[in-house]
Amino acid sequence: MTYTKLTNAQIAWRAAQDIEDGAYVNLGIGFPEMVAKFQPEGREAVFHTENGVLGFGQAPAEGSEDWDLINAGKKAITLKPGASFFHHADSFAMVRGGHLDVAILGAYQIAQNGDLANWRVGSKGVPAVGGAMDLVHGAKRVAVITDHVTKDGKPKLVETCTFPLTGVGCVTRVYTSLAVVDIEGGKFVLREKLSDISMDELQALTGATLHTDGPVADLSVPEL
Amino acid sequence: MDKSISTLTESVADIHDGAVLMIGGFGGSGSPIELIHTLIDRFRETGSPKDVTVINNNAGNGFVGIAAMIKAGMVKKMICSFPRSSNAEAFNEKFLADEIELELVPQGTLAERIRAAGAGIPAFYTPTSFGTELAIGKPTEEFDGKHYVQERWLKADFAIVKGQLGDKHGNLTYRLAGRNFNPLMCMAADVTIAQVSDLVEAGGIDPEQVITPGIFVDHVVEVKSPQQEEILVRTGAVH
Repeated sequence: MTYTKLTNAQIAWRAAQDIEDGAYVNLGIGFPEMVAKFQPEGREAVFHTENGVLGFGQAPAEGSEDWDLINAGKKAITLKPGASFFHHADSFAMVRGGHLDVAILGAYQIAQNGDLANWRVGSKGVPAVGGAMDLVHGAKRVAVITDHVTKDGKPKLVETCTFPLTGVGCVTRVYTSLAVVDIEGGKFVLREKLSDISMDELQALTGATLHTDGPVADLSVPEL
Repeated sequence: MDKSISTLTESVADIHDGAVLMIGGFGGSGSPIELIHTLIDRFRETGSPKDVTVINNNAGNGFVGIAAMIKAGMVKKMICSFPRSSNAEAFNEKFLADEIELELVPQGTLAERIRAAGAGIPAFYTPTSFGTELAIGKPTEEFDGKHYVQERWLKADFAIVKGQLGDKHGNLTYRLAGRNFNPLMCMAADVTIAQVSDLVEAGGIDPEQVITPGIFVDHVVEVKSPQQEEILVRTGAVH
């Protein structure tokens, strides 16, 4: 069979469908930020950024940035009605204290027990961790959005992470370019897959056994 | 009671060789750029303060602020969470040449270590970094079935921060997301020096609007219309 994997925008769209109205959400820097664009009609999530803002909106028009008003990625932001500022200790109290509903991050590798590796790939160069190790603890749901495989085709969903860990047993759901996979009881449990990819093909691109505990739904995403 | 100081030069005059120095701000937001540059100017003229340990979320950007401190050769060690930026050349060069030490701390742990120092709490447990290379050598403990890492307070000799309004009692407000680490650092240093855009008399700030109470602040210096680090970086400024 031939299949077309989801684009990053489509993966972000799928992840956005699981964010409920009124949820407090942290989106990791980069690709996860795209999730904010796809909030379903009639739902309003409140976005948190680690440097001390709740309730930020889109980027301002070029030329109207105020560089004291930025997100954790150091990009200029705007505020929505109901926004608030706070210092860094309060910001991470929100993170570790279980007050965030969802954190969505990128990944280099996710292990079947929920271990996440997303902050460095080896011991060379200048290490930088930021808030990643904090964010994986505390949010009620820690989800990953990622291509199903690396650029050179290696599985990102693996038995055991080989890259340095960001957190142990922290991820509960993975949205990939091919599937939606939950992590339950130390196993990958397949929830949705593209209708055009066979189970065998999907398993071949996955570094650990994909389990099922019921029907697997079609991963159906609009053209974006 | 009057904590105001009339010049930037006087305000940082006591910062000595080997000082542990907290610098407020997150990237360019809330960065006390005039205080930093005054300190660099003193180093260039007198060779002091040298061998400074700097605590900040980042390790500078471009050729101003902390990056310029590093480039000038006055920083011995950085304690930060994310020494990467759009142009981290100053830090990268020194780090890869083994000319600067790095203590890498997860961002929330960095904030809480600073807060703990200000609150008189020598150590605490956090789930952050458990099972990772950043927890190696640290005590761990299990509470209610979950694993936690012991982290210690982080103190400093001096903190330099940027406020919006400041009064002569040292009460401070901040501008937008420029708050970030500034209020925590005020609490955690032996001596805190704040630059503010507007210095007012006691009573000039509504007590309900005070973010940092003056008890945490030692000196206030007014810098009208301060420069913004991000704009300096984007325009290629060099200090």
